[in-house]
Amino acid sequence: MSLLNVKNVTAKVAEQNILKGLNLEVKAGEVHAIMGPNGSGKSTLANILAGKPGYEVTSGSVEFDGHDISDWEPHERAHAGIFLAFQYPVEIPGVSNMEFLKASLDAKAFANKQEQTNAAAFIKQARSLAESLDLNPDFLKRGVNEGFSGGEKKRNEILQLLLLQPRLAVLDETDSGLDIDALQVVAEGVNRFRNDNNGVVLITHYQRLLDYIVPDYVHVLADGKIVQSGDKSLALELEKKGYAWLT
Amino acid sequence: MSHSVDDLVKSNAEYQAGFISNIESDTIPPGLDESVVRFISAKKGEPQWLTEWRLEAYTKWREMTAPEWAHVHFPPVDFESISYYSAPKDMSDGPKSLAEVDPELLRTYEKLGIPLHEQEALAGVIQSRPNVAVDAVFDSVSIATTFKDKLAEAGVVFCPISEAVHSHPELVQKYLGSVVPKGDNFYAALNSAVFSDGSFVYIPKGVRCPMELSTYFRINERNTGQFERTLIIADEGSHVSYLEGCTAPMRDENQLHAAVVELVALGDAQIKYSTVQNWYPGDENGKGGIYNFVTKRGLCAGARSKISWTQVETGSAITWKYPSVVLRGDHSVGEFYSVALTNNRQQADTGTKMIHMGKDTRSTIISKGISTGRSENSYRGLVRISPTASGARNFTQCDSLLIGDTCGAHTFPYIENSNTQAIVEHEATTSKVSEDQLFACQQRGIDPEKAVSMIVNGFCKEVFKELPMEFAVEAGKLLEVSLEGAVG
Ligand SMILES: Nc1ncnc2c1ncn2[C@@H]1O[C@H](COP(=O)(O)OP(=O)(O)OP(=O)(O)O)[C@@H](O)[C@H]1O
Ligand SMILES: [Mg+2]
Repeated sequence: MSLLNVKNVTAKVAEQNILKGLNLEVKAGEVHAIMGPNGSGKSTLANILAGKPGYEVTSGSVEFDGHDISDWEPHERAHAGIFLAFQYPVEIPGVSNMEFLKASLDAKAFANKQEQTNAAAFIKQARSLAESLDLNPDFLKRGVNEGFSGGEKKRNEILQLLLLQPRLAVLDETDSGLDIDALQVVAEGVNRFRNDNNGVVLITHYQRLLDYIVPDYVHVLADGKIVQSGDKSLALELEKKGYAWLT
Repeated sequence: MSHSVDDLVKSNAEYQAGFISNIESDTIPPGLDESVVRFISAKKGEPQWLTEWRLEAYTKWREMTAPEWAHVHFPPVDFESISYYSAPKDMSDGPKSLAEVDPELLRTYEKLGIPLHEQEALAGVIQSRPNVAVDAVFDSVSIATTFKDKLAEAGVVFCPISEAVHSHPELVQKYLGSVVPKGDNFYAALNSAVFSDGSFVYIPKGVRCPMELSTYFRINERNTGQFERTLIIADEGSHVSYLEGCTAPMRDENQLHAAVVELVALGDAQIKYSTVQNWYPGDENGKGGIYNFVTKRGLCAGARSKISWTQVETGSAITWKYPSVVLRGDHSVGEFYSVALTNNRQQADTGTKMIHMGKDTRSTIISKGISTGRSENSYRGLVRISPTASGARNFTQCDSLLIGDTCGAHTFPYIENSNTQAIVEHEATTSKVSEDQLFACQQRGIDPEKAVSMIVNGFCKEVFKELPMEFAVEAGKLLEVSLEGAVG
């Protein structure tokens, strides 16, 4: 059964039609890369999946694990296992990263009637994840993304991914703004996350990322639709030819 | 389906301290004239100097008019419709031992989570506050003060002010009105004329008070005002941390609370005064609630003394208060840390005054205002540097956080600097709980209500860390409850 099934979705934001009949099916164990020109609707798709207020599905359906999730609240989708790594992570001043992570973990456990991770085990886990992403453990005490560099913000998203272990990870340009070493660290984190039970939607502009995270499929999104799909070689072709030949 | 911030601004705040206790009271008929002032003074068996002091205050008050400069709006208070004295019936012959106190009264405090039984407090039965002495003031009288003996061993005096008038007349006479003169302002004059009870604290030279001191004020009776008076004197080199908490039942009519708090810190003494103010704020349409018109001022009388005010203001229909510090001693320090949250139709006009007179005096002001619903929240602060205050420094930071777009936040900073060598810094920010922040939290599984409270708590962190430990937790919870209406 498919993990995610986006069927012929049209969607609008601020009275503009952005998605214009989009189809995407992700099965467990698969990584789908989504590429496409600026403004083509990639982040809009991510926001539609996460249920961001203001992003409205006008026709078609979004199914997750066989359920139509169109009228689920964002936090309910998160509890079900949809995770979005933001293109632009926001700052939450004064709320420590640690506190935020624990609150997320507890909320998810509570919603799924699971036991809460005890504080000591949680701190240990968070620290070791931070280290594995080359983040100084001290940064767990700082406010969420408060004063973080661009690269730290992105690595922080991956830390959350690894901690929360969702079913579906939507990564919106997590590779943008990373130096080469950080790119490898982030890619390694995503590879660690991948397994037969989860799925990844990887939004990126750079073929380079796909050398590290090898996708099963590559799709090109242009003007609100998937206009071309293929395997990893499609990314190489795009790198050479650009998008013009497709649109 | 999805919440936007605006959707979340609904109004059904839940006030958990809103119950009414069924207690028989001696309440005098409404209205104020000389005979009422004399009645109160006689009821407390006061010496003649104090009766006269009250009468002088009354005369001044008669000639004054209520201040109108604050950014708050309300119909004029009818001072003739208020009763100026109310006491639980069985307390009318003065405080008794706890065993004799009306059990209903004890239950009231139990429900509020305030430990009046020392044994239980020690065992942490009622709440985990093992080391806090409590003075409980119910309407116009103090009903119990705990840990008096233990404090007495250290030489600390902690008792109702009505008792201190008799047990420590020289201290009361010397310091009462020394920081807030009886004609200081309209509400202070009214308080001076009719003040009922409140706490008195004296910390002797060189003594570190062995426990937190606290007073819980409770208004219960209908149509009464509460006019408490607190006086804290920290003698040379002494330290004390004091906390006050306030609650009142939910009633449809407004009730007046006009308190005066005076602090005196002699050389090298330190006073930390924390307030968690949770008077009934009125309902979502602004019906009922407490008018909290309070004068609080501390005097750093001696060199290197320090006074620190921390307040968490979540209650009251209207708040009008400016806890201030007069920095007279050289090298003295004044601090003001404030969180003021307004919801529904609440109005707050609060801030501080730092009056620098001594050399090298320092003051810090951190104010966090949170507004939601249709409320109005103003910071009003004065930093005055006198010509004598060479080397004085002030740092002020005023942050406002808005939730929704039907509320208001205002900042009125006044700086009067008459000394070219002084340094005065002011920073101010206004921010909103953004849809993006809320969505980011929700995307990580945190529901919108919890998300708003987390964001607001984060915003207040710098102030909460100034509160005594146990109370910081309480303040966080209180904020959550007070926001409940705001987040649907
Ligand atoms: N909240 C919004 N309000 C108004 N317009 C929006 C909003 N979100 C997206 N849009 C518009 O929708 C279109 C698609 O935007 P989107 O962010 O999905 O593009 P993208 O493919 O992610 O681009 P990029 O590669 O630059 O990140 C753009 O024209 C954008 O301006
Ligand atoms: Mg984008």
